[in-house]
Amino acid sequence: MALNQLSVFVDNTPGALADIAEVLANADINLRALSIADTERFGILRMIVSDNKMATAVLKGKGYIVKETEVVGVKIGDQPGKMAEALKVLDLAKINLEYLYAFCARTARHAYLVIRVADNQKAEEVLTAAGFHMIEDSDVAKL
Amino acid sequence: MNFFQKETETMPVSEIKKLQSEKLVRQVRHVYEHVEPYRRKMDELGVKPEDIRGIEDLPKLPFVTKNDLRDEYPKGFLAVPVKDCVRIHSTSGTTGRRVVAFYTQHDIDLWEECCARAIVAAGGSNEDVVQVAYGYGLFTGGSGLHGGSHKVGCLTLPMSSGNTDRQIQFMMDLGATFLCCTPSYAAYLGESLKERGISPDQNPLKAGIFGAEPWTEEMRRSIEESLGIKAYDIYGLTETSGPGVSFECCEQQGMHINEDHFIAEIIDPETGEVLPEGSRGELVFTSLDKEAFPLLRYRTRDICILSRKKCSCGRTFIRMTKPMGRSDDMLIIRGVNVFPSQIETVLLKEGYSPNYQIVVDRVNNNDTFDILVEMDEAMFGDTVSAITGREKSLMAAMRTMLGIGPAVHLVAPHSIQRSEGKAVRVIDKRKLVTDSQWLGK
Repeated sequence: MALNQLSVFVDNTPGALADIAEVLANADINLRALSIADTERFGILRMIVSDNKMATAVLKGKGYIVKETEVVGVKIGDQPGKMAEALKVLDLAKINLEYLYAFCARTARHAYLVIRVADNQKAEEVLTAAGFHMIEDSDVAKL
Repeated sequence: MNFFQKETETMPVSEIKKLQSEKLVRQVRHVYEHVEPYRRKMDELGVKPEDIRGIEDLPKLPFVTKNDLRDEYPKGFLAVPVKDCVRIHSTSGTTGRRVVAFYTQHDIDLWEECCARAIVAAGGSNEDVVQVAYGYGLFTGGSGLHGGSHKVGCLTLPMSSGNTDRQIQFMMDLGATFLCCTPSYAAYLGESLKERGISPDQNPLKAGIFGAEPWTEEMRRSIEESLGIKAYDIYGLTETSGPGVSFECCEQQGMHINEDHFIAEIIDPETGEVLPEGSRGELVFTSLDKEAFPLLRYRTRDICILSRKKCSCGRTFIRMTKPMGRSDDMLIIRGVNVFPSQIETVLLKEGYSPNYQIVVDRVNNNDTFDILVEMDEAMFGDTVSAITGREKSLMAAMRTMLGIGPAVHLVAPHSIQRSEGKAVRVIDKRKLVTDSQWLGK
């Protein structure tokens, strides 16, 4: 009952990302969303994918370090101001964001925020109370 | 030409050898009688003091290594009663690698004379003002040059290391003409003077004696330029007394070994076989006059070449190159001895697998020190701060162990270069000395 994100440790070298993309492509993994935290020396690739188990297996098989982390997936309307609304809720509850990224569904009616906070449960509670819907892994496959 | 003890320093080679032979016979007897580990080693080889009749018999004697000294910590190699000793010094080693060296007053006097020879060879006299910016304390650098400066009769500024503002103030206000410190600190002082708008011809320095860490000819030129001085090299190790085992003369072509006090040999580090003059190999010292801590055939692990080629300064003492490398895996980084095994110990203690690589380079005359460590799953987190936090705590643990802070970088698994399946542990990009730089060869 949660949204799980995969993170991969990537050395900051040319071709590193292309290699990961190819590994996933060969396993027929569909990427829903991704974000990269980059530093001078390394990067952390965070992804929401169609099949966590398979993606983890193929990446590990290639020697990558992969970690599954529970994050908060929030469904919002694909309209101006909707993200601000969701973030306002977290702000009022004094929940600090570690990071956030977003993606749109192909139906184009909704967008989704992927949010990483220290206390997922609390974030989900306040967002639900404010009328937002959470998504989980099983929803991702249907998007 | 300047000499502190001209007669000794210009003695014909045949006389040097005769003197060394006499002293060696006496020293072997002293050591055999008073140092149990030596007696044991010699008995094992079936060598008696009377078998040693001169320097030609030196190869019959066993070697001594740093491990031997550590095993006998603290007083196993002490050859006189403690009441006859007046001081100790100690190596910088961490993790039980410390070696304590003892000195009688006689040992101190001879050591200081060696340092005095270095100061005079660099053009010093009792009219000079010597700023000693080596560390004082257990480290031999400060005390050695301090004592040498006294022997020459120079005004001595016992600054010790660090506190650059004060160093510059005293240098300028008291008119220091000689600077003694590590080459990297000399380079740093050069930059600091420039930052303060003091040009090379505005400072009172005329020469510097720099040692305790490897440095290049390029670095020498850069220090000479930035400080407006002549820069001289000095060599020594705590085990044999400290700086002043050998020193450069005005020719700046290798360091003259004080052969009235030390016999130098070059050996094949693998077989222990003595190699002929001009060969590259491991430097081995026998101290002929040390009373408290006399070492016979001490393996320095420094790789260099000796040359008896005549020096135009008039000194007859044999010359050695700067150390060109090590016969063990020790690295000298910013003057501190670092063993890869220490890094491995920290990694294992902190829960990392020992897949690492040390990268040492020299940028703007300062050593850079990086350690790459391969990540594993347990160490990985999805936030940058989790990873940089791990790097920082590993850095702190390394600093505690090594006494010097490396930059630690976590890298992807299997990203460290491997050669024939074995990870390449050390990449030292510092080009220190090449054979071709030696004695104009």
